[in-house]
Amino acid sequence: MPEGTSVMRASMEAGIQIPKLCATDMVDAFGSCRLCLVEIEGRNGTPSSCTTPVAPGMVVHTQTGRLKDIRRGVMELYISDHPLDCLTCAANGDCELQDMAGAVGLRDVRYGYEGDNHVFAKDRTDGADNFRWMPKDESNPYFTYDPSKCIVCSRCVRACEEVQGTFALTIEGRGFESRVSPGMHQDFLSSECVSCGACVQACPTATLTEKSVIEIGQPEHSVVTTCAYCGVGCSFKAEMRGDELVRMVPWKDGKANRGHSCVKGRFAWGYATHKERILNPMVREKITDPWREVSWEEAFAHIASEFRRIQYQYGRGSIGGITSSRCTNEETYIVQKLIRQGFGNNNVDTCARVCHSPTGYGLGQTYGTSAGTQDFDSVEHSDVIMVIGANPSAAHPVFASRMKKRIRQGAKLIVLDPRVTETVDSVHAKATHHLPLRPGTNVAVVTALAHVIVTEGLFNEAFIRERCDWSEFEDYASFVADESNSPEVVGKLAGVDPETIRAAARLYATGGNGAIYYGLGVTEHSQGSTTVMGIANLAMLTGNIGRPGVGVNPLRGQNNVQGSCDMGSFPHELPGYRHVSGDAVRDIYEALWGVKLDNEPGLRIPNMLDAAVEGSFKGIYIQGEDILQSDPDTKHVSAGLAAMECVVVHDLFLNETANYAHVFLPGSTFLEKDGTFTNAERRINRVRKVMAPRNGYADWEVTQKLAQAMGLDWNYTHPSQIMDEIATTTPSFQNVSYALLDEKGSVQWPCNEKAPEGTPIMHVGGFVRGKGKFIRTEYVATDEKTGPRFPLLLTTGRILSQYNVGAQTRRTENVIWHDQDVLEIHPHDAEQRGVRDGDWVRLTSRAGETTLRAQITDRVSPGVVYTTFHHPDTQANVITTDFSDWATNCPEYKVTAVQVGPSNGPSEWQEEYEELSRQSRRIAGRLEAAE
Amino acid sequence: MMQSQGTETEAQVAAIIEELKGLEGPLLPILHGVQEEFGYVPTEALPVIAEALNLSKAEVHGVVTFYHDYRSQPAGRHVLKLCQAEACQSMGSDAIAAQVKTALGVDFHQTAADGSVTLEPVYCLGLCACAPAAMLDGEVIGRLDADTIAEIAAEVRT
Repeated sequence: MPEGTSVMRASMEAGIQIPKLCATDMVDAFGSCRLCLVEIEGRNGTPSSCTTPVAPGMVVHTQTGRLKDIRRGVMELYISDHPLDCLTCAANGDCELQDMAGAVGLRDVRYGYEGDNHVFAKDRTDGADNFRWMPKDESNPYFTYDPSKCIVCSRCVRACEEVQGTFALTIEGRGFESRVSPGMHQDFLSSECVSCGACVQACPTATLTEKSVIEIGQPEHSVVTTCAYCGVGCSFKAEMRGDELVRMVPWKDGKANRGHSCVKGRFAWGYATHKERILNPMVREKITDPWREVSWEEAFAHIASEFRRIQYQYGRGSIGGITSSRCTNEETYIVQKLIRQGFGNNNVDTCARVCHSPTGYGLGQTYGTSAGTQDFDSVEHSDVIMVIGANPSAAHPVFASRMKKRIRQGAKLIVLDPRVTETVDSVHAKATHHLPLRPGTNVAVVTALAHVIVTEGLFNEAFIRERCDWSEFEDYASFVADESNSPEVVGKLAGVDPETIRAAARLYATGGNGAIYYGLGVTEHSQGSTTVMGIANLAMLTGNIGRPGVGVNPLRGQNNVQGSCDMGSFPHELPGYRHVSGDAVRDIYEALWGVKLDNEPGLRIPNMLDAAVEGSFKGIYIQGEDILQSDPDTKHVSAGLAAMECVVVHDLFLNETANYAHVFLPGSTFLEKDGTFTNAERRINRVRKVMAPRNGYADWEVTQKLAQAMGLDWNYTHPSQIMDEIATTTPSFQNVSYALLDEKGSVQWPCNEKAPEGTPIMHVGGFVRGKGKFIRTEYVATDEKTGPRFPLLLTTGRILSQYNVGAQTRRTENVIWHDQDVLEIHPHDAEQRGVRDGDWVRLTSRAGETTLRAQITDRVSPGVVYTTFHHPDTQANVITTDFSDWATNCPEYKVTAVQVGPSNGPSEWQEEYEELSRQSRRIAGRLEAAE
Repeated sequence: MMQSQGTETEAQVAAIIEELKGLEGPLLPILHGVQEEFGYVPTEALPVIAEALNLSKAEVHGVVTFYHDYRSQPAGRHVLKLCQAEACQSMGSDAIAAQVKTALGVDFHQTAADGSVTLEPVYCLGLCACAPAAMLDGEVIGRLDADTIAEIAAEVRT
């Protein structure tokens, strides 16, 4: 037993049960319920076993007459203030209070219910109102709080503090008056609660219960699978009753989430059965026609004949496809295979184009791998955490909770973000330094940090000499040391106090293990790739690479964006990031697939759209991506799509892109298929089918049937066979198999001969590319500049309750927290424009205009406005421009020069678009016996 | 976070926080300061304190409600605390309490209709040797009996 192990744990591990109520391995021991008391030989009294550490030679008695009496007495007191409605209670069969009453042999409650209690609304004798009684709080859409069932064990309060880190709950009052209170005696919805579900998970009674359990009943079987929302990749137990999903419970053994969850993964899965989900394939001649439901065979035959016709008419390169970062590795792999083998070109791209393509490029150039260097556990060893252009509290909440836990243990936090985000000023985890830089100045500020580290001699010379190229370092050092890169010069253009830049650099360089986490605030810029390289430089300068607690970690947005990139979704790369011009790599696939592969890169998404507008690109297969809403410069996207002759959208819903589609193939949710997702830490997690696909086929089956219709001889009968093909052809996946994943739970690539069980931390002992490469990071201001017409800078982001284009979360109860996109504007800018809080405002850029409501806040600096892009009726991307990263074309979503003014109603585009959507979503011909 | 105009109360609370936030464990002293200033702890003070100390609103609420001394409403002009702890009980504080309630016309936790006095139970004033004990406006009174109760009643009515 390790030192500090509690008597309770030691006993449980030895197979001896001790009754308990307030103890759970989610949170630290508390010692309040007085049920787990034991007797220890040679010691007085009856200490609580959860708070007493074991010692050598200790003799503990867990069952004695004395303990039995005490436990019964304690239990009797609990039950004297608890309703006896077990048979009709939602927790019946899953209630620790019930179990413990049984365990201690409670037979009688001598105190009766006539006295003071929290159980009954009316006094039992005179019918008067019971002032202690509180009604059930049903304000949260997903769970209820019934104070009459609460035993005040504080497990929920402790889970909110220790696991989630929000501190939204407290115990109000003292003694018998004690009650759990969200916020300041508020209901859950109006409190600071973020609905992560940790309190519900922790509750030993029915006090906090999922509404789905109240409606359906207790689950009877469960399947472990992986969440399909963000790049954290949390493991969940899908708890089922027959074919019906009762609840998603975070899985304790999940290595990404360690038993924690957020509101999306835990609760927002109702979209799977939403009435708007399309379950039959549909076809139409023109996008102005209504949809006509058809059989799968007809749909596949139609697509195959159209794609072949287009290629015959316009050339082999006139069609292409987009893989989905929401789908599995296996599905992504076969979509790019369909394009390369069946379409005969490399016109494949993925949504990573618009998010983390600069990460792939930047880290590939500097370190030699296109992925983050650490596992999430690493943050538990960090001393200084630098978050750049990311707001994990909203976008990667489970990682944020793990990070904040480390900060509460004493680690320091530095945040580079134009806004005062939730990550900057979290309760008990406030940033030591916040650099509120002007959007578009990342490169300058990151280089200024390097300037301080180099000129103040804070770099790690031994590390650099050993792991990097010294002459490249010298060149880089002379570049950053230039006065133009000093905090004093940069601070002026970035709007940051030079002293703060200096302090942040010193802290990162000298504060112990320094880890950098970054997001789309880094990549989605015209110099996105340069910032990634600048970040990589900082880690090399300070030796913060190759061990736990350090590293460079992109926080990937989509559940499988890492995987979709790994699987060869880019037009220039085959799976495993191997360039299509490499003969040896093409040989592998040509031998296996029996075709000649193109050795020239194909078209990127923006190039496909440009080519479509020009008339040379005519057909596209889009799996699980809504480019109309998510890609920049909406008008250009719609023009491109409208110019094509066969747009095939494969999705759960008639998304915005489907307004321009000729064929709609219904997709399946992550609950309905087998496969794998790869999260931001390169962890390959199993996705397991928990119910049959409501549309009839898993997405991999749909792609396979399309490939067969196009004449390809594909015969996969299970996704594991696709993974076997990936492992055979991709060195970094060599050892990956479903058998290994089932055995280990998950593995992190590279997983091959050198690392048979995967690689939690990369670049240990040396960089993958050999020597780490320092690259100069010259700051070039974006061409997107403010001026008299567009004097403000717009930057965009996400909110906790909604996910990206919102196709899923907008179809769940999560809309209660965010039912529309709003424009955050500083009071100063608002006043100048006569804008009051809640006013409709018109947001205009050189690309377009839209309208939305204003929210006046000092979270944004003067001169900066901010909005989210979750709602199609706002369409924030009508505003964003066609500027993009110089290396990868990743769009510059984060900087747009705009003007804001009062408005009376929707813009012309919004009105036209709403009409188009209404027209386009008509379904005329219904198939009989749908579903 | 909304840019609030900042009420006068919030400004006063902010000034108290500014003065005391450097202390180790500043929450209780700040709450005392607020109660001293306003006679009670206004609900609108809590978010201001929470933000200044990087605490959640729930945490501040939990602390405020834990201590009965912090009140959520203004007290009467006088505050009378009657000890109801064991030693005083053994010396007849129950009966004394009943007499006081009759004499002042208020129950525990209540303020007289004319705002003259608030009556509260307290659990040990450290004055067990002089039980039953009370505290009127911060001054302790020992060996309560009918006479002292009458004196107290007279004083609070003035």
